[in-house]
Amino acid sequence: MSDVFAPFLAATVRTATPLALAALGELLVERAGLINIGLEGAILAGAFGALVGASVGGVAGGFAGAVVGGVIVAALFALLVVWLGADQIITGTALTLLSIGATGTLYRSLYGSTGAALALPTSAPLPIPGLAGIPLIGEALFAQPPVTYFVYLLVPLVAWWMGHTHGGLALRAIGERPEAALVAGVRVRRMRIGAILAGGVLGGLAGGTLVLAQAGTFAEGMSAGRGFIAIAIVVLGRWHPLGVALAAFVYGAASALQFAIQSMGWNTPYQLFLMIPYLLTLAALAGATGRARSPATLGKSL
Amino acid sequence: MPLLKPIGRTVAGATALVVVLLSLLVAGGYPVGAALTALWSGSLGSWYALSSATLVRAIPLMLTGCAVAVAFRAGVFNIGAEGQFLAGTAAATAVALALPNAGCASAVLALAAGGIAGGAWAGIAAVLRARFGVLEVISTIMLNFIALHAVSYLVRGPLQEPTHIYPQTSTIAEAIQLARIPGAGRLHIGLLLALVLLVSCGWVFRRTAAGFRVIAVGESPTAAESAGQIDAKRVMSRAFVASGALAGLAGAIEILGVTYALYENISPGYGFTAIAVALLAGLDPWRVILSATLFAALEAGAGAMQRDAGVPSTVVTVVEALMILAVAGAQTVRWRASRTADVSDSVPDVAR
Repeated sequence: MSDVFAPFLAATVRTATPLALAALGELLVERAGLINIGLEGAILAGAFGALVGASVGGVAGGFAGAVVGGVIVAALFALLVVWLGADQIITGTALTLLSIGATGTLYRSLYGSTGAALALPTSAPLPIPGLAGIPLIGEALFAQPPVTYFVYLLVPLVAWWMGHTHGGLALRAIGERPEAALVAGVRVRRMRIGAILAGGVLGGLAGGTLVLAQAGTFAEGMSAGRGFIAIAIVVLGRWHPLGVALAAFVYGAASALQFAIQSMGWNTPYQLFLMIPYLLTLAALAGATGRARSPATLGKSL
Repeated sequence: MPLLKPIGRTVAGATALVVVLLSLLVAGGYPVGAALTALWSGSLGSWYALSSATLVRAIPLMLTGCAVAVAFRAGVFNIGAEGQFLAGTAAATAVALALPNAGCASAVLALAAGGIAGGAWAGIAAVLRARFGVLEVISTIMLNFIALHAVSYLVRGPLQEPTHIYPQTSTIAEAIQLARIPGAGRLHIGLLLALVLLVSCGWVFRRTAAGFRVIAVGESPTAAESAGQIDAKRVMSRAFVASGALAGLAGAIEILGVTYALYENISPGYGFTAIAVALLAGLDPWRVILSATLFAALEAGAGAMQRDAGVPSTVVTVVEALMILAVAGAQTVRWRASRTADVSDSVPDVAR
């Protein structure tokens, strides 16, 4: 049992880590009443930033580069949507496209169009003494790269910030009734820009995780839809940090199950497992699995 | 002449695209002359390039672009043209494989199945929106993924070719394949079908009450309901389903006219490029014909540019993205200008 379950759990956590990072970022953006479809682009830009950063400054440089990449895309989104008042959906779509094109073009010009496999310094797993020794789950949960532990800390931190601080309350107020928040003295535009940039930082880190803690290299389009999955996770997690963490785990488990089934050679249509999280998200949206209400002004034009 | 204005705008758009591309090439230090020569010869420079590369690509972009235009016009953000396209490919392939011997009738049924499947796929999101208020942006993204995995399942499961080696279906019978236009290489009669549909769609928007209702609802659902006694929800749902049907038909035509079989990654992102196509066309189906051809030419030329001048073909994606941003930004500025002149505007503008 344990020789199947432990690797499965480890794969789940590994897959869930970048998804949770990106989804926590998008959560902040959506609680401020915006949808940033450009998250996919931010993850990809983060992955490319990690490549550039890591080839200069090792793992730390890689994560710094990832943050820069994510923030560039987020800043463009903030500029166009909050300052210019452009449409969020169209802007987000275009920024994702821009990121795909720009990272692809830069990658091919800098590293050659053949895409020679680049071996980058990677962020090695760091077992936590004691905890990693817990039978069955210890190694899966506590012998992960440091960025996973960062997620463990970030989830309660964001939950506390959103629920118990003035800033968190203001953010939620903006998503529900921006006019009221404005009258109450909240700097609405500044908060929104802050939320978008924070989303960019976390989206970039998600991309950096893919490169530095998982693949060890960059590939064109390697975000592979994770930004959109993160948006789904925010919905499935009902716009709450703990829910988001749980939903990221569900998505991670679904894709880990696919690998487990393939590796065991069972003739099961694993693609059907991959569909489950999306179906769950649709069901959650339709209210079939309980109350899931989006922030009132989500996606409405500013 | 009503046609002159759209042509003028498209020429302006095309010029802007080339200027942006030129500056990117110069910035990247690439051989500009060789790159542009390759771009031209790979897309429009010869009859073969025009017919077999550019126009073959333009067909799915015309239909998906029109699909996006119809939805956006109604105020429905259908990001799911990609999934609806895939639903269309799957349904058309299934019908074509099930009825190999009925020739022309099979082809018609397969095309119809594609359209219906695309419409139904969009219909799920339409129902979710109308009944439960689910944002179509999110639901169509989910449905894109579900369609992607469903196709992946079908080509490894129920629809896999008989030897069960390759993840794809068998080739559809020759009698069902869309005829090629004589003297035009790989170009097939799907082009005529697409042109007829887009011209009709444009006509519906310009001349019919149904088209007017869609535009009215898209501009302001509440105004359309109170002043025009229009059932906004119903109009939106119908436009949504029609949009999906167009994208599904695009998928069916791609199967019957180009690939002749279903496999994974059958769409190189037509459903997403379609958004750029529709926006550049100002959401007008007639102008979609021109902008789809323009984007198809760019993408066809990009391959040649990479081959002959070493310019990464992805540079075209950058151009597309900048184009969307420019159009979206320009619209905002125009909209703001007209809005600030409106005295009755009492909504507090929290975004400023």
